[in-house]
Amino acid sequence: MRENKERPQDSVEQAPTAVEPVHPLLEVDGVSKHYTLRRNWLGRPEVVLQAVDRVSLKLMQGETLGVIGESGCGKSTLGKMLVRIEEPTAGDIRYQGKSILGLSGQELKRYRSEVQFIFQDPYASLNPRQKVFDILAEPMKVHGLYEGERLNRRVYELLDMVGIPGAYSERYPHEFSGGQRQRIGIARALSLNTKIIVCDEPVSALDVSIQAQILNLLRELQQSLGLSYLFIAHGLGVVKYISRRIAVMYLGKIVEIAGAEELFRQPRHPYTKALIDAHLTVNPRERGRRMLLAGEVPNAINPPRGCRFHPRCPFATDVCREQEPGLEGDGGHRFACHHPLAAAKGASAP
Amino acid sequence: MMRMIGRRLLIAIPVLFGITVLNFALIHMAPGNPVEMYINPSMTQQDIELRKEQLGINDPLPVQYVRWLGQLLKGDLGYSYATYQPVGEMLSGRIGPTLLLMGTALVIAYLFAIPVGIWSARKAYSWFDYSATGFAFLGISIPNFFLGLGAIYIFAIQLKWLPTGGMYTLGKQGDWTDVAMHLILPACVLATGIAGNMVRYVRSSVMDVLGQEYLRTARAKGMSEFIVINKHALKNALIPIITVIGLDIPLLLGGAVITEQIFQWPGMGQLLMQSISSRDYPTLMAINLLAAVTVLAANLVTDIAYRFVDPTMRD
Amino acid sequence: MEQTPQHQENRQVTENAAENAAGHAASRAGKPAASQAAQRQSSSVLRAFLRHRMAVAGLAVFSILVLMAVFAPWVSPHDPYEVGKGFQPPSAEHWLGTDQTGRDILSRLIYGARTSLLVGVGAVSVYVIIGVCIGVIAGYFGRWIDSVLMRMTDVVMSFPYLLVILVMVSILGPSLQNIIIVLGILGWPPIARIVRGSVLSVKNREFIKAAHVLGFGKLRIMIRHILPNVLSPILVNATFGIATAIIIEASLSFLGMGVMPPMSSWGNMLNSAQNISTLSARPWVWLPPGIMIVLAVLSVNFIGDGLRDAIDPKRKTTR
Repeated sequence: MRENKERPQDSVEQAPTAVEPVHPLLEVDGVSKHYTLRRNWLGRPEVVLQAVDRVSLKLMQGETLGVIGESGCGKSTLGKMLVRIEEPTAGDIRYQGKSILGLSGQELKRYRSEVQFIFQDPYASLNPRQKVFDILAEPMKVHGLYEGERLNRRVYELLDMVGIPGAYSERYPHEFSGGQRQRIGIARALSLNTKIIVCDEPVSALDVSIQAQILNLLRELQQSLGLSYLFIAHGLGVVKYISRRIAVMYLGKIVEIAGAEELFRQPRHPYTKALIDAHLTVNPRERGRRMLLAGEVPNAINPPRGCRFHPRCPFATDVCREQEPGLEGDGGHRFACHHPLAAAKGASAP
Repeated sequence: MMRMIGRRLLIAIPVLFGITVLNFALIHMAPGNPVEMYINPSMTQQDIELRKEQLGINDPLPVQYVRWLGQLLKGDLGYSYATYQPVGEMLSGRIGPTLLLMGTALVIAYLFAIPVGIWSARKAYSWFDYSATGFAFLGISIPNFFLGLGAIYIFAIQLKWLPTGGMYTLGKQGDWTDVAMHLILPACVLATGIAGNMVRYVRSSVMDVLGQEYLRTARAKGMSEFIVINKHALKNALIPIITVIGLDIPLLLGGAVITEQIFQWPGMGQLLMQSISSRDYPTLMAINLLAAVTVLAANLVTDIAYRFVDPTMRD
Repeated sequence: MEQTPQHQENRQVTENAAENAAGHAASRAGKPAASQAAQRQSSSVLRAFLRHRMAVAGLAVFSILVLMAVFAPWVSPHDPYEVGKGFQPPSAEHWLGTDQTGRDILSRLIYGARTSLLVGVGAVSVYVIIGVCIGVIAGYFGRWIDSVLMRMTDVVMSFPYLLVILVMVSILGPSLQNIIIVLGILGWPPIARIVRGSVLSVKNREFIKAAHVLGFGKLRIMIRHILPNVLSPILVNATFGIATAIIIEASLSFLGMGVMPPMSSWGNMLNSAQNISTLSARPWVWLPPGIMIVLAVLSVNFIGDGLRDAIDPKRKTTR
C-alpha cells in the first residue's frame, strides 16, 4: 500500500466577487466513496475501488458549478452522493450548514424536496407506465404540497415552464422524443421546493441540436427561479456554456477548480490543458501545439502512487511519482500539481 | 464453478431438512390414525390403546419426528402400518417397474421429439411443421388418464393388439417380450406430454441457431448443407436441451402416478395411492421423501447445467 | 400431460438461455433505447396477438366455454343432479345419454365447465397473488430476507407437485374449494422466482432511483413503480398455469380425490370408465368429458403461446 504523504485538502474557497464571506449552500467536505471489491479471509479489504477520494467543494447560492472529467473519474458517483443515492464512505456533506448524512425520515424528506437530480438517460428516468401528468403530480402529492385543483394547475404550470404543451399530459413517456422526455424530467425536478439541481450529464444522450435547447432552458430556469446547479458532464463545450465555475476531476480527485473563463484562458493543470486542447482544435495552425496524452485512463482500483495523473503526464518528475499534490492556489483558482503550467500571475508552490 | 456446486450442495441440506419436516407435518395432519383403519368389532378399547401405544402414535409429534429421523439416518424406513413389511423392502420391490416405465417413456419421447423438432425447424412453416406443432400442442393438452383410457379402448379392446393392464400375464413371469407388450401402452401415454414439450423446444432452439451469422459464414465458405447443420447448428442448439431433461423428471413422477393407476402397473405410483387410502404413514413418508430428494437432485443438476449454458445468469 | 408450473417457469427461463447460447448477445447489450423498444406497449401487443391465428382461435373457443359456464342454468337441457335410468345411450331426450345414475351427460358437461374454469382461474389467482408478494419483497429488500424467502421457495418447489397435492387433498378432504386452496398454496414458487428476477432488474433502473430522490417511501415505490413493470412476464406463466390447473383438477377428480359427484367435473365423469364394460361399451359416458378437457386446455395453451409471442417480439415460434 502506498504511503500517505499528502497534505489534507484545504477546503476554503471564496466566490470570486464576494465582498463579505457568503456561506455555501451546499458543501462537500473530504468526501470519499470506496467500494470494497474483495476482502481477505480476515475480513480486511483487499481490493478497493476508489471511485471518489477526499473531494471537497462548495456550491454557492444561484451559481452553476460544472464538474468535468473522463468516464470513470467519479463525477457521477459524486453527484449521486449529493442526493444520497449513494452514501459516502468518508467525509461530510452539508446543506445550509447542516450535515445531510445523518438525516432520515421527515428531515430527509425535506432535504429531498429541496435538492433534486436530473438523470442522463431520458428513456430510463421516467416510469414507462405512468402518464406524464402523474409523473409530475406524484411528488407534490407525496410531499403534501398541493392538492385538488391547485395541483392540476401547478402541473400545467410546470409543463409550460419547460415548453411541453399541456394537452400532452395524458400521454406516456414512450410517446415523446428524447429531448421532450428530458424536459419532463426537468419539470419533475422543479415540482418541489427545489433550490439545487444536480444534473448528471443531462444532455449527453441527446442530439446535438437538442442539447442547446435544453441548456438554454436550464439557464432560463436558473435565472427565473434562482436555482443552483451542480452540472456534471464530460463535454467541455457544454460545461463552459452553462457554468460559472468548473471543477476538473481525474480518477476520483479534483485536479483543478476555477472560474469558467479563467479555466479556459489559463489552465494550470496539465490534464485540464489536455482536455481543452482536445476540444478546441478548430484552428489548423494550433494543432501542432496540442498536448496529447499517452495511454488510457488507469483503473480506479489501484490508483497510481503519488499524483494520480503522473503515468500520462508529459511533465512528470520523481516528486510526482512519490507525493500526491494537494489542492493549492489562491482565491478562485486552485489546482493540484507539483509543476503547474506557466501562469501570468499567482505562485505555484511545490 | 466447483465453489458454486459446493455452495448449492450446502444449501441443499437445510432444504432437505425442511422437506422432511414438512413431509412429516403434512402427513400427520391427516385426520384419523392408522389404527382406525383396522378396527374390527372384536377389538376392545384396551386393544386399540395398546396398538396405538405400540405404534408410538400417542407420543407428541416432535418426539415421533425425531424418532423417525433417527431411524431414517440409520437407513431404517420403518414398517408399513398396512402390511407390516419393512417399508424399504416394499419400495425396492416397486422402484424397478416405475423406473422401467419412466425410463422407457423418456427414451421414447426423446427419440421421437428431437428428430421431429429438428426437421420442423429446418422446414419451418411447412405442412410438416404445422402438423408437428399441432401434435405437440395436443400432446401437452391431453390429460394422461384420458389418453390412457383411449389407448386401452383402441389398442386393447377394439384391436386386441395389446393387453389392457398389469405388468405381465399371469404365469409368464420373467418373459421379457410379455413385459414389453405390457409396457408399450403406458410408456407411450406417459411419453406424449414430454414429447410435446420437447418438440416445440427443440424446434425453437434450432430455429434460433439456424439464423445465426456464423452459419452463413460456413455456407459461404462452401460447406455442404449437411455438414453445416449437423456439425455446427446442432451442437449449439442441443446444449440447452440438456437442461430440460432435468426438468422432465418431476413431471414423469407425477404422470407415473396416474398412468400406473390406469394401467394397473405395479410401481411406486400405485403404492402411493394405496398408502394414501390406508393412511400408511411410514410408506407415505418414505415415498414422498424419495420423490422430493429426486426432484431436488434434478433441480440441482439443472441449475448447474444452466450455469454452463448461460454464464450471465447469476442468482 | 400435466406441466407443473415449475416446468413452465424453468422452460421460459431455459428458452431464454437457449437464445443466449445461440448467440443473441446483442439483445442483452442493454442500450437504453433498446430496452424500451424490446418491450412492446399494450396496443401493439394486442395487435401482435391478433396476428397469431391459433391464439385467436383459442381465445374464441375459450370464450365459448366461459359463456357456457356462466350461462349454464339457461343453456343446459336438464338439471345435472337429477337421477334417472342409468346408462341410457344418446337419444332425443338426452342428447349425450345418461351416466351410471341416470344424470344427463350434456348437462353435467355444461356444468362441468364451471368447475374447470373456477379451479383454473381461482387457483392461478391465489398463487399469483402469493407469488407476487413474495417475489417483490424478496427482490426489493434483498440480502437476508431474499435468502430466507428463496430457500423457502426451494423447499416448496422440491416437492413433486402431484404427490403433495394428493396428500394434501386427502388431508383436507376432496372438494372444489380445497383443490383451489391446495393448488394455490403450492403453485407460487415459479411466480415468486420470476417476479423476483424482474424486480431485481427493475430495481436498478433510473426511474426507480428518481423515485428515491423524490422522497417516495419504500411501499409506494414497490407498489406503484416496481410492480406494474414486473407483471408482464407472469402473464404468460399464469395463462399456462390455468391450463395446468384444469388438468390437475380433472386428474384429481378422476382419481376420486377432487370434486366428488354429484357435483359435475369433467374428471369425475371419466371415473366410471375405469370399469372395462363402460370403457368398451358406453363411449358416450367418457368420450365427451375427455374431449372437453382437451378443448379447454388446448385453447388456453394456444392463448398462452400467442401472448408469449406477442409480448416478446424476438420470439416467433408459431404463426
